[in-house]
Formats: sequence, C-alpha cells, structure tokens
Amino acid sequence: MSASKGLHPEAAIGPIAVPAATPAWRRGLYLLVGIAVALAPLVLLESFHLFQLTMAVIMALAVLGLNIVCGYNGQISLGHGAFFAVGAYATAILMSHFDWSFWATLPVSAVVCGVIGYGIGFPALRLAGHYLALTTFSLAVAVPQILKHKSIEDWTGGVQGLFLVKPDPPAGLPLSPDQWMYVVTLIVAGACFLLAWNLIRSRIGRALIATRDNPTAAEAMGMDIASLKTRAFAVSAMITGIAGSLSAVAIEFVAPDSFSIFVSITLFVGMVVGGVASILGSLFGGLFVLFVPNIAEAISKAAPGVIYGVILILFLFLLPDGFAGLLRRIGQRLRIRP
Amino acid sequence: MDGLAHQIVAGIATGGIYASVALAIVMIYQATHHVNFAQGEMATLSTFIAWSMIQAGMPYWVAFFGTIVVSFAIGVVVERILIRPVANAPVLTMVGVFIGLLLIIGNATGWIFGYTTKVFPSPFASDKPLFGGLVSAHELGSTLVTLTVLVLVWAFFRFTRLGLAMRAAAYNPRSARLVGIRVGWMLALGWGLAAAIGAVAGMMVAPVVFLDPTMMLGILLYAFAGALMGGIDNPAGAVLGGFSVGVLENLAGAYVVGTELKLTVALAIIIGVLVVRPSGLFGRVVLSRV
Amino acid sequence: MPALLEVKGLKAGYGPTHVLHGLDFRVNEGGVTALLGANGAGKTTTLRAICGMVRTEGAIDFLGQTLQGRATEDIVRRGIAHVPDGRGTFMELTVEENFRLGAYTRRDREIQADFDRLCGWFPRLKQRWRQQAGTLSGGEQQMLAIARALLLRPKLLLLDEPSFGLAPLIVQEIFGIMRRIRAESGVGILLVEQNANLALELADLAYLLETGSIVMSGIAAEIREDEAIRRSYLGY
Ligand SMILES: Nc1ncnc2c1ncn2[C@@H]1O[C@H](COP(=O)(O)OP(=O)(O)OP(=O)(O)O)[C@@H](O)[C@H]1O
Ligand SMILES: [Mg+2]
Repeated sequence: MSASKGLHPEAAIGPIAVPAATPAWRRGLYLLVGIAVALAPLVLLESFHLFQLTMAVIMALAVLGLNIVCGYNGQISLGHGAFFAVGAYATAILMSHFDWSFWATLPVSAVVCGVIGYGIGFPALRLAGHYLALTTFSLAVAVPQILKHKSIEDWTGGVQGLFLVKPDPPAGLPLSPDQWMYVVTLIVAGACFLLAWNLIRSRIGRALIATRDNPTAAEAMGMDIASLKTRAFAVSAMITGIAGSLSAVAIEFVAPDSFSIFVSITLFVGMVVGGVASILGSLFGGLFVLFVPNIAEAISKAAPGVIYGVILILFLFLLPDGFAGLLRRIGQRLRIRP
Repeated sequence: MDGLAHQIVAGIATGGIYASVALAIVMIYQATHHVNFAQGEMATLSTFIAWSMIQAGMPYWVAFFGTIVVSFAIGVVVERILIRPVANAPVLTMVGVFIGLLLIIGNATGWIFGYTTKVFPSPFASDKPLFGGLVSAHELGSTLVTLTVLVLVWAFFRFTRLGLAMRAAAYNPRSARLVGIRVGWMLALGWGLAAAIGAVAGMMVAPVVFLDPTMMLGILLYAFAGALMGGIDNPAGAVLGGFSVGVLENLAGAYVVGTELKLTVALAIIIGVLVVRPSGLFGRVVLSRV
Repeated sequence: MPALLEVKGLKAGYGPTHVLHGLDFRVNEGGVTALLGANGAGKTTTLRAICGMVRTEGAIDFLGQTLQGRATEDIVRRGIAHVPDGRGTFMELTVEENFRLGAYTRRDREIQADFDRLCGWFPRLKQRWRQQAGTLSGGEQQMLAIARALLLRPKLLLLDEPSFGLAPLIVQEIFGIMRRIRAESGVGILLVEQNANLALELADLAYLLETGSIVMSGIAAEIREDEAIRRSYLGY
C-alpha cells in the first residue's frame, strides 16, 4: 500500500501518480507498434479465439468506463453492469426492431447511457463511499428483473431476449464477419481509449483526481465538484454502455439473465486486477476477466467465482495498484539499474 | 379486507427475516463503518450447513443450534483473516474485500452443495392454516423465532458486560482500549454474532424461498433497504425498518407492481431513503458536545 | 522514594515525524509529577507513548517491568488509567454505562461501593446517572472522565489537561478532587497542565518540556519559589 500521508480521510483510494508526458516521437512509435500488435491476431488466430479476444477488448472497454468514475474519481460503483446492459439493449432494440445499422446505434447507445449516468450521478453526489457502492450494487441486482418486466416485453423480448446479427464486412474487404467484428471493436475501443487518455491528461482529468484525493482542497481551489462528479459518471456510463453495444452484436444475442450482478462484479474485479486508475490497466483487466474464467472453468462451474474472489483479495492485499502498477514498478527498476 | 390483513401478517413474517439481516449489517457497520456485501452469502452458506446436518440425520433443533455455533465461528475467522489486515485501508479496498468474500463464499457454496434447488424443512407443521387462514404455521413460527433472536440480541447489548464493551468498541475504539477492552476481539465477536443472526434468518426463510446458492441475494437488498430506512448506524431502527420493508414489499407486490418487480421496490426504497433522508427515517439524533 | 514509573530516553513520533527526542522522567509511588510545556511541546504525545498509542523507542518501566511494545489494553490492565485530551468519554452511552466501562477490567465485589464513593465525590454525575454523556457540560464530562479512570483502580493516573476549557470555579473543584485522590488513594499521577501554578502546587516533581525535550526539571515546590525560572520558562 502506498503511504497515505496527507490523504484526505474521505478519499476513496490511495493517491496514484500520473506518469509524466512522453515525447511526441516516442508516442508515435508506441502507437504504430500498438496498431501492429492489435491487428496481428487477424492473421494469427482462428475464429473462436478471435471472438474471445474481441470479447476481451470489449470487457477492457467496459472496465475503462468503470475506471474513470471509480479509479480516477473515487466514486465506487458496483453497478456498472447496468450501463453495460442498457447499451446492449439500446443497440439490440434499434437493430432488431428498427433495422438500424450497428454504427447508427452507437451514438444513440452512448447518449442514452450518458444521460442515465448523468441522472444517477446526481443522487450519487450525496452518497459517500459505501452508500454509493450499496446503491449501485442494488441497482445491478435489480437489473435482470427490470429487463424481464412485462411492460417493456414488446421491446426487450422478455426472458427470451433478442437476436441480432453481426455487421457485414464492407464489400471488397477480404474479412469474415468475425474478423470484421474484431476490427470494428478495435476501432470503437481504440477511439474510446484515446478519448479517455486525453481526458485524463487534460485539466479535467487532473481535477477528477484532485476531487478524489482531497475534495475539500479541490473545492477550495474553485473546482465545481458536483458538476465534475456527475460528468465523470456520464462519461463513464457512456463508455461502459458502448462496450455493452459491442458485446450485443459480437454475441448476436441479448437476454436479461446475461446481465446479472456478476457482470458488475466482473468489471470491478477487472479494474482492481488490471490497475485502479490506470488506462493500460483497464486493458489488462479486460484480458483477465475473459481468459481467467475460461481456464478456471475447466476445474468446475463454480471455480471461476472462487478464483476471482481469491485473486481479487490477493491483489488487494499484495498488489493494490494491480497489474499496471506491477509493470510500472518493474519498469522503474529496469530504468534505474539497466 | 381479509386479503389485506393476510398480506400484512405475511409481510411481518418476511419482515422478521429482513430485520435480522439488516441488524447483522448494521452491527458490522457500526463497528467498522463498512457494509458487508457478503452477509447474504454467509447466511446462505450457513443454511446449507444446516441442510447437510439435517440430511445426515440430525434432529432439526440440533442442526439449528449447531449451525448457529458453526456460523459464529465462521464469522470470527473471516474477521480475523480477511477483514483485520485491511481495517485501515481505503474504502475501495474494503469494498473489494467484501466483494471477494461474496465471490468466494457464494461460489464455494455452489461448488460444494450444487446449484439445484433444495427443499429445506420447516420445524413448524405447515399444512394447517391458523386463525382462519390469516397466517401459516411457518409464518407464525419463524416470526416468533426472529423476534426471539432480536430480543436476545437487544438484551445482550443492553444488559451484559460484554455487550456493553462491544458497543463501546464500536462507538469509540480508542477510548475503549483505554478502559482495557480488547477492541480487535470485539470486532471479531461482532462478526460472529452477525453471522449467527444471518444463519437464523437463512434457516427461517429457506422453507419459503427454497434453498439455492443465490437464495439471499434479493433478501440482502431488502435488508439494505430496511437498514437504510432505520438509519444505517441504528440497530433498533434497522429492525423496525426491516419489518416495515417486509410489509411494504408485500403490499406493493399484492396491490401495486406485482411480484415481478419486487427487487425494484427494494431499489426504489434504497434510493428514495438515501436521497430524501440519508440518516434514515427513524434516524436518531446523536447528541454530542464537542 | 521508589519509582512507580521510570522513563529513560523516550523517543516517539507519528509516521515519519519525530516528536519526542529522548525524555527522562519519573513518577514516584503515590506522588504527583507535573509535565509542563507550551502548545505542541509533546505533552500529549508523552502520555500516548506511555500507553502504547504511538510508536516509541526507549525504556518505559512501570513497577519494574517494561511497557515497551505492549498493546494499549494490556498496559491499561496493568493499572494505568489515562484521561486523554478530549477526555475519551463515550458520548453515546449513559453516565452509568461510562462508569461500568471504567470498571470493565475488574471482577471484584467492590465495584458498586466504588460507584457510590465516586458519586459522593461527584454528586452532579449521580443526578445525571441515566443521561447520555454527550449531553453533559464540559465540567461534568471532565468529572466523568476522571471518575471513569479511577474506577479502573489504577496505580498510575495520566491526566491530560484536566482544566482545559473549564471555568475557574470548576477547575478549583477538579483540583480539589485530585488533592483528595493523592491523599486518600495513594495513586501516582502524571499531570499535564497549562496552568503551571496549580499544577506545581499539587505536584512533587515537575518537568518542563520544550519541542520534545526536557529543558528543566526538579522539585515542584522549589520551581514554584524560583522567580527566575517562573519568569523565563513559565511566563507568570
Ligand atoms: N496524530 C498526530 N499525527 C501527526 N502529528 C501529530 C499528531 N498528534 C500530534 N502531532 C504533532 O506532535 C507535536 C506534539 O503534539 P502534542 O499533542 O504532543 O503537543 P502538546 O504538548 O500536547 O500540545 P497542546 O498543549 O497543544 O496539547 C505537534 O507538533 C503536533 O503537530
Ligand atoms: Mg496536548
């Protein structure tokens, strides 16, 4: 655990440093390497594994959304699965009832989730720490029941859910639907990660972190905490909702029971394991929550849950800044003693 | 009118369950200022333990008290091993540990006992309706049991030396140490007691909702609602809140929203209370001079 | 006179900051030691160090046994009662419950007799027996804090500014009680006070603390008589 000297007692998590800016040419290089690494699976993986990787990127995006409000802004949400569900259903309803193209549903999904997030952000302002965690937890528990309700059955398809199809690859591109889905996911997720990256490094991002670590001082410095927190909630919900949209088309199916409390918990685990308040950490988190259960499921149906729980607690005890923090420290070691 | 009376009586019966779990949550909240998200899962595990004791041929009441003892021990052990090391950690860490606990206990329960729904016996002969169908034997019996538990807990905190020490440790750990109270152990005892109360609630509700690893999830929500209604650091309020939520839930289910939105009712109560009166409807004013 | 508490080379601090830089002092059996000093000198920290509430180095011997490294509750159980700054009252509990907590570690049959004796000393507490302690006046709370500490039947009483924030009349009353404690019960007292005149009148030994070090020490009565010391150190 990092030293907590000077930390405001209300602060939800310990202070986490923002790395210094990298020179432009290095950033360009990283970007190129990143794109190459991201596209390599297109040729290296067959369809099932590519699908899994697609889902991992989607989960990473959802974790990123959670990280913005929870990691960077210190508002603990155990209910981000609700936004994931809303995004998924927005896309599914528009595609299956109104024959919209997937791309067209994205802005709608983003706006709907953003607005709902903004709306939830208001009561959240009054709820410190556990209260917010408790409320969002309750929201997540109630979600499947709300989705199943008769009054919206015509839209949601009730317990049966809705089926939809993946977007077709553009004519002329020699890609299978699975491969195209992967590219689509990369484009959307890449755009969101870039957005988040810039947001965190902007003045607003620093303000988010300042309100997390010391709300009183931030307020004294003239920051409008209420507006910051609600907007953080909106952006966060938007990003997680977009991930939900992607998951709906990638899986080609939405149903109430796929959005149980465990989606929210999974996102939370991903955030902690990947690295709280770390953009790169969100990516690790996505990979973790997708692949570790797969491995664990080989042991038993219940094993993933138990292993999740054990790993979550181990990380909190031993590596509270997650994978990203571990890598950062290893990196610093190497730099000091090359 | 008969229907209404029955709904209220049935609401009081489930309310007793919510009140018990709410009390367990409030006890831990008072001592640590944390909400135990795993309280429901712990109760479910306890109920499964009781189920296996009964399966093994033990008489019901032997299993009942045996389970209380085992659950108490589990609560103490959990506090010592998992909660104590992070007692001063940031909120996010604590919430994470509770979620980890929920995952471990919930899934281990499924792993050990399976996911098929099981029938859990009621110690109260349940075929004969009492008072002209107003209340079933199990409803009456379980209400009496939960009320007995609540009264015992109240008497323990009110009249015993240990109960007083636990309250002192919860209110003011520093001062408690200065009168020689072993505060760490008081917290562990509190966890044990909370787990034991949850176990009783689980055993009383299982004959109604049937036993499976997710049995307590919805009940936990109602318990949250009850605890918040009473003011999360007020045990008496939590109990009252639990009963109110039970009645409210039954009436809303019967006359307003139907049974499919029951969880949403709990959610609405939670949000409503937190937005309108975060200190709870029965929130007691703590008088203090600084 | 044999030492009840003997402290040598006591260092203490909070996290990385050092507050005490090696103190030597003692409390005699049945004696009163006054610890004087300006705000922030480290008086409260000294009391906390004795009770194991902060990180410490050095020797703290109580009745010939070391207290170093022991948990607060164990130190208390050996017979050290501490009335901390802020008084440490259980505000949410009643006066009676605060009394019961004071006697928490005791198993003997004289608890009720002690209750009665202390209620005789502090009749105002008796009148407010079932009232929430948080509703008591400042003076009443200080009396409750002292009563609670005495109910431990301590061998050593640590008092952190018992006169703080109280009207002169109440201060007189409380010091009267302390004289009584000294005379009747043979309890050793380590008294931290801003009111040097009163403290020196009560004490047999006195130490003056300045930014974590003892700058002067001696027989209380002599210090009280020494005008030069009074002017330069105590400012009256
Ligand atoms: N909990 C704490 N954490 C960090 N520093 C502390 C803490 N408590 C006290 N200090 C510091 O230790 C030093 C001594 O404080 P202490 O309370 O012991 O002084 P004091 O002599 O009792 O003063 P006063 O007369 O104002 O009560 C001060 O500089 C104070 O800032
Ligand atoms: Mg002081």
